[in-house]
Amino acid sequence: MNERLSRAEFWRLTVLGTLAFLAVWYLARVLHLAPPQFLPMPHEVLLRLIDLFHTPFAGHVLVDHMLASLGRFAMGFGLAVLVGVPLGLMMGWFGWLDDIVSPLFDSLRFIAPVAWVPFAALWFGTGIGGPTLIIFAGAFPPCLINAYRGAKNVDIRFLEAASMLGVGNFRTISEVLFPAAVPSIIAGLRIGAGLGWMSLVGAELIVASSGMGNLIVRAQSAVATDIVMAGMIAIGAVGVVIDILIRRVETKLLKHRQS
Amino acid sequence: MATIEFTDVSRVFQRDGKDFLTLDNINLTVKDQEFVAIVGPSGCGKTTCMRMAAGLEFPSGGTVKVNGVVVKAPGPDRAVVFQQFALFPWKSVYENIDFGLRSKGMALEQRQQVIAGYIDLMNLKGYESAYPHQLSGGMQQRVAIARAYALDPQVLLMDEPFGALDAQTRVVMQEELVKLARKNPRTVLFITHAVEEAVYLADRVVVMTSRPGKIKEILDVKTIREQENWDRHAKIEDVMDLASFVHLRTRIWKSLREEHAGTDH
Repeated sequence: MNERLSRAEFWRLTVLGTLAFLAVWYLARVLHLAPPQFLPMPHEVLLRLIDLFHTPFAGHVLVDHMLASLGRFAMGFGLAVLVGVPLGLMMGWFGWLDDIVSPLFDSLRFIAPVAWVPFAALWFGTGIGGPTLIIFAGAFPPCLINAYRGAKNVDIRFLEAASMLGVGNFRTISEVLFPAAVPSIIAGLRIGAGLGWMSLVGAELIVASSGMGNLIVRAQSAVATDIVMAGMIAIGAVGVVIDILIRRVETKLLKHRQS
Repeated sequence: MATIEFTDVSRVFQRDGKDFLTLDNINLTVKDQEFVAIVGPSGCGKTTCMRMAAGLEFPSGGTVKVNGVVVKAPGPDRAVVFQQFALFPWKSVYENIDFGLRSKGMALEQRQQVIAGYIDLMNLKGYESAYPHQLSGGMQQRVAIARAYALDPQVLLMDEPFGALDAQTRVVMQEELVKLARKNPRTVLFITHAVEEAVYLADRVVVMTSRPGKIKEILDVKTIREQENWDRHAKIEDVMDLASFVHLRTRIWKSLREEHAGTDH
C-alpha cells in the first residue's frame, strides 16, 4: 500500500482527482441537482475570484480583505506562539508549573474558538482585540502542547550532559529543551496556524468592516454564492501559503541536524 | 585533593514487584589523581557505579562521597564522558565546549583561551565551527573529552568512552588519553569491558563479578608500569607486547572468564 509513486504517476493521479472533482461539480449543475444561485459553476467562481481583485466587495478589494485578515491572524497567532511555546517548554521542565497549568488548560482547550465570540466581543471589542482572542484560542493549544511534549521527550542524555556541565534552568530551557523540541514545536505551529486561520471566519463574524470572513458573511446575506466560494478558495490558498512559510522556517532551523 | 569513596554501596531495582540486587557491598576508594578502571561482565553494574559518582543515580544502601561529601546531584566538578558522546547536535564544536564554561560564568577571553588550548590538544583545529554530525565518531569523542577536561573538574568519570569507536580509532584515542592523563592528572573513574584498555590506561583495575555486582579483586597496575617503565613506549602495541602487560592482562582475563563460567546457561 505504501510503495512510493514516481513523480509522473503522482501528477497523473493528482490531475485525475481534480478533474473528477470538477466533473462531479459540473454534473450536479447539468443534472439540475442544485439551482444556479445555490451552486455556481467552477469557471464562474474562478472568474469571480479574479474579478474580486479589482472590483471592491463589502467596501474593499480582495487583497485588502486578505491583508486585514492576515493582520488579525498575525496578532492572534503571534501571541499564541509567544506565550504557548515558552510556557509549554517551562511546563515540561518545572513539574510544579505543569501541575498549576495543566488542569486548567485541559479543561479549557476543548472549547471551540468560535464559542469565545460573545466574550471576545464583550471584553476586547470588535476592533483588533476580539478577533485576536478568537484566533489565539484556536492557535494556542497546539503551540503549548507540542512545546510541552517536545520538552518532555528530550533525549535524557542531553539533560544529563547539561546538568553535568552545570547548566542552569534558564539556559537548559533556551539552549537544550528549545532546540531539541524544534521539530515538535514546528509541528504544533503548523497545526496552530491551521486552527487559527480556520477560526478567522468565526472571528470576523463580529468584525463589521473588513476581512475574508466578513467578505463571506456579507456575500452570504446577498446570496452571492460565487463570492462565498471565491472567498473560501482564497482562505484555503492563504492557509497553504502560511503552512509552506512555516515549513521553510523549520528547514532553516534544522539545517545543522543529523538527518 | 579529590577522592571518590564508595562505602558499603548496594543497589536494588524493582521489576514486577520483585527486588533485584544489582550491586552488592561495593567498597572502593579512588585516591587523589588516581586513574581507576572498572572491568566486569555486562550487566554487572559498573556503569551504575560511575553514574552514582556523577550524581545521575543513587545507591539503595551505603554512601558515595566525592571529596568527603555525599553526592546529591550532578555538577561540573565531576565531568562525565558518556559512551554515546552526548554532544549537543545543534551546537558547533566550539559551542559544545563553551557551554559548560559559560555556565561557570567564566570571562569571554579566558574561555577562548581554554577552548583554544583543548582544541589544540585534542587535534580539533580547523573544526571549531563544525557540527557534531559532520565529524567522525573518534572526533566527536575528542570533543566530548575536551568538553569534560575544559571544565577543569576535580574528578573525571568515563563510561566506556571508546566503546562506540572502531578498533583503529579506539587505539589512537587510548594513546591520546594516556598522554592527556599523564600530562594533566585527575582523579579518574573509567568504566570499560575491554581488559587491554583497562590495563593500558589505569593505575588500578577493579574486577567485578556478574550480577549482583561485587568487587572480585583489585589489581595494582601502576607499580608494575613504573617498574617496567611502560611509558617509554609511545605506541600501545609496544606496551601490549611487554611480558608484564601480557601477564596482567591474562590474569584479569582468567578472573573474568570465571565469572562467565559461573553464569553459563
